[in-house]
Amino acid sequence: MTKTLIGQRVLRNEDARLLTGLAQFVDDVEIPGLLHAAFLRSDHAHARLVGLDVSAARQRPGVIAVFTAEDMGADWAPGPPLVSPPPTAKDVTFHSRRQVPLVKDKIRHAGEALAVVIAENRYIAEDAVEDILVDLEPLEAVVDLEDAMRPDSPRVHDDLESNLAAHLFQKKGDYDAARQQADLVLRRRILIDRGAAAAMENRGIVADWDEKSQHLTIWDTTQAPIPIRNGTAARLGLSENQVRVIAPFIGGGFGPKMMMFYPEELVIPWAAKKLKRPIKWIEDRRENFYATTQERGQVHDVEIALSKDGRILGLKDIFLHDTGAYDPYGLTIPLNTQCHALGGYDIQNFTTEVSVVFTNKTLVTPVRGAGRPQGIFVIERMLDAAARELGLDPVEIRRRNLIPPTAFPYEHGIIDQAFAPLILDSGNYWPVMEKALEMIGYATFVRDEQPRLRKAGKHVGIGIAPFVESTGVGPYEGARVTVEASGKVFVATGVGTQGQGHFTTFAQVVAEQLGVEVSDVRLVSGDTAEFHWGTGTFASRGAVVAGNAIHAAASIVRRKVLELASKHLETPEDELELEGGRVRVADIPNRSISLAELANLANPLRGAVEPGTEPGLEATAYFGPRYGATAFGVHAMIIEIDPETMMIEIKRYVTVEDCGTVLNPLILEGQIHGGVSLGIGNAYYEKLHYDENGQLLNASFADYLIPSATEMPRIEVGHMETRSPLNELGTKGVGEAGTIPVPALFAQAIENALADRQLEILESPLSPNRLYELTSRKEAG
Amino acid sequence: MAITESTMPKLFDLALTVNGTLREQAVEPRLLLSDFLRHDLGLTGTHVACEHGVCGACTVLLDGEPVRSCLIFAVQAHGHSVTTVEGLGAVDRLHPVQEAFRQAHGVQCGFCTPGILTSVVPFLADHPDPSEEEIREALSGNLCRCTGYQHIVDAVKLAAQAMKAANEQPAR
Repeated sequence: MTKTLIGQRVLRNEDARLLTGLAQFVDDVEIPGLLHAAFLRSDHAHARLVGLDVSAARQRPGVIAVFTAEDMGADWAPGPPLVSPPPTAKDVTFHSRRQVPLVKDKIRHAGEALAVVIAENRYIAEDAVEDILVDLEPLEAVVDLEDAMRPDSPRVHDDLESNLAAHLFQKKGDYDAARQQADLVLRRRILIDRGAAAAMENRGIVADWDEKSQHLTIWDTTQAPIPIRNGTAARLGLSENQVRVIAPFIGGGFGPKMMMFYPEELVIPWAAKKLKRPIKWIEDRRENFYATTQERGQVHDVEIALSKDGRILGLKDIFLHDTGAYDPYGLTIPLNTQCHALGGYDIQNFTTEVSVVFTNKTLVTPVRGAGRPQGIFVIERMLDAAARELGLDPVEIRRRNLIPPTAFPYEHGIIDQAFAPLILDSGNYWPVMEKALEMIGYATFVRDEQPRLRKAGKHVGIGIAPFVESTGVGPYEGARVTVEASGKVFVATGVGTQGQGHFTTFAQVVAEQLGVEVSDVRLVSGDTAEFHWGTGTFASRGAVVAGNAIHAAASIVRRKVLELASKHLETPEDELELEGGRVRVADIPNRSISLAELANLANPLRGAVEPGTEPGLEATAYFGPRYGATAFGVHAMIIEIDPETMMIEIKRYVTVEDCGTVLNPLILEGQIHGGVSLGIGNAYYEKLHYDENGQLLNASFADYLIPSATEMPRIEVGHMETRSPLNELGTKGVGEAGTIPVPALFAQAIENALADRQLEILESPLSPNRLYELTSRKEAG
Repeated sequence: MAITESTMPKLFDLALTVNGTLREQAVEPRLLLSDFLRHDLGLTGTHVACEHGVCGACTVLLDGEPVRSCLIFAVQAHGHSVTTVEGLGAVDRLHPVQEAFRQAHGVQCGFCTPGILTSVVPFLADHPDPSEEEIREALSGNLCRCTGYQHIVDAVKLAAQAMKAANEQPAR
């Protein structure tokens, strides 16, 4: 094989179109006769819907239709469950309550859709929304997690006995026995609140029902077009072949654009089919804050038991998890939290119990990180507290507990988000930590610089936080690779793409096998007409699961190419090489044949195809991992805090990640940078403020502050590679690695910088205001 | 009542230059410039992400100055000249700033990118040799959720160098 393409900083195939404004996003779809939708949404978080008067709206010129739940008749049904239900076992309770297309009787969160107006343009549709009269009976809102669990709390779902949505107990070893042996037992209560994914592109959907061909085409800002196609066909009583779902260029996903079956995804295709007209709905930013899913709200009561030399003997974590008004996404997030509360540490005794709670707030589904940042925050906070108590360096206590390289695969003895045993497949953790320490200059900073700067009155601090990231979960993805008659290669796969560079990294994987230029590999992802088996892009699984399916398909095509070329060139296969779009005889470079010629030979216009063979140079293959590959990483940061304003200046920011084989370091670094920016938002700028009525108080980019270029530091990225044994490419996912440890890192660095205040941070997100409150309270009390 | 108001919207005869071409069309006074560009002219490279002037995704050049097209009515651009991302360069002939974004991987999902390009082009005209701090300050009016801005900052530096080198080439 020629010079390897895997691991090269290849420039992206998709950029030219994105840079010139030609890339098609959902709102760019135009169809003759296109109608536009706007939704009437509830101003109240909790209320009984008494009636809707849509008569004035229907009369407004330019309005084509107005639909309420009643108008949907027998077609009205809640969305489907989005993940498999948890296994029935004595330790699991799960009450499935899914989102509804339009509210029928009870409003369960502010922003829930009550009616939809379809009009000739969006301006008229929004005017008509204002014409609708709403009669409702407000109810007391369920907002606070702990209050929600009190027996006298109002109930989000009247048919349940309480606001408990699910309960899950897991244990390994014997925590109580470990506690008996402990020299130190620490107990803490840790609060984590919600943030938004805030992709720059809001959601949107266009549905076009063609009455003549009886075919529905949907353009959807979804990370998972295939499940949306299958579910839509089932709901509308159509064959799956009558529905095509296209996820074109998507302006950022970050979780909430998964196969959600949002109310709009339930209503717009239905309305398009009913009216026999194409309809477009594009979410506005305010709707995005109210109606697009969010994450992270949890309350943890944690206890850690240690020996006096800092070894973790056991951990106990009892927590509440906020699922919002409905729970279509099952237990994915709290299971991730449970698994990541163990960090990358060798912990033999663990008890964990989660109560998932319904509240009158926007639905909760995974947001980049998906329960993992909360778990890491919990364990890292406890280790920092323990290090202080035991007089140990924060790095040393971690070194003593990290899983040693000889212990892999490391079986934890609890189940993960896929209800499979939690197994960490591979890793070599301590060298990653050492590299981060070296890059940030930990020893010098702690020994020389920090004392010197502190003497000069500066509040400088350092933090270092390791983390694991479960990635690349099943069930499977697939791909089809074809050498076309031009000699160029076409690849189709089912996962959607939201900026991860799939058009390039996947092309590298194919080009590596077939000896073509990366720019000669054209990829279609996220169009069910091209490939219709698979699930989607989430859980940092694209490069692992789809990447390996593409690798498998390309490898089969390579074999077909060599077999045919061998016959044609009358040379054994092992003497052939693929390079520059041609197959050559290794020692006789002028004896060669192009892929284009081979593609034509494989698909002749006359003559006979040998029995048992298939035409063309094409293969379809699938990859399903036995279980997810677990990546590891360490973030380190030096900060200076202005004690007057509590503004933080990040002086240095270092990440070292081990995600197995790196396909493209340039793209990987971009993933890390972006992940860290969401993490910094989560840690210090972004919090969704709900009031006691369940009203979101900061539902705009003027009030909800996501990091801009002036808040972001320059990030220094280091790599280590421990190949995953679970797949051919040896890859592990990296999509969420940038985000996961950041809140834990901030808490540690802030405590270190404000060492003179003896502050202990037990909450996230923080903000300059909140930090000021915490330090003032400490001084006062 | 609102119904009668919207039944007979008075149309305004709008004439403006977009990417060098004169465009004339009767529009409602309330039509936003962003909607006019995207949906009436089909120039969908201009993206709308917050609809209230914070995120910068919809930035276009009005007589060469960056403005938020979501905060301007189309009629306010009457008689003016508008440049959108489509007017900067083409796939086979990228503007030096676009080329630098490709080289430095300054694009991920690409949704905020057009507004960043239309902000950076006039910035570099005024600051041909910017410091990293100046670049970050200039970018602070554009939100990006994918990149953490680092490769965007690198791209702006690279564009400045490339444009400077091109200007310093002796004319032939």
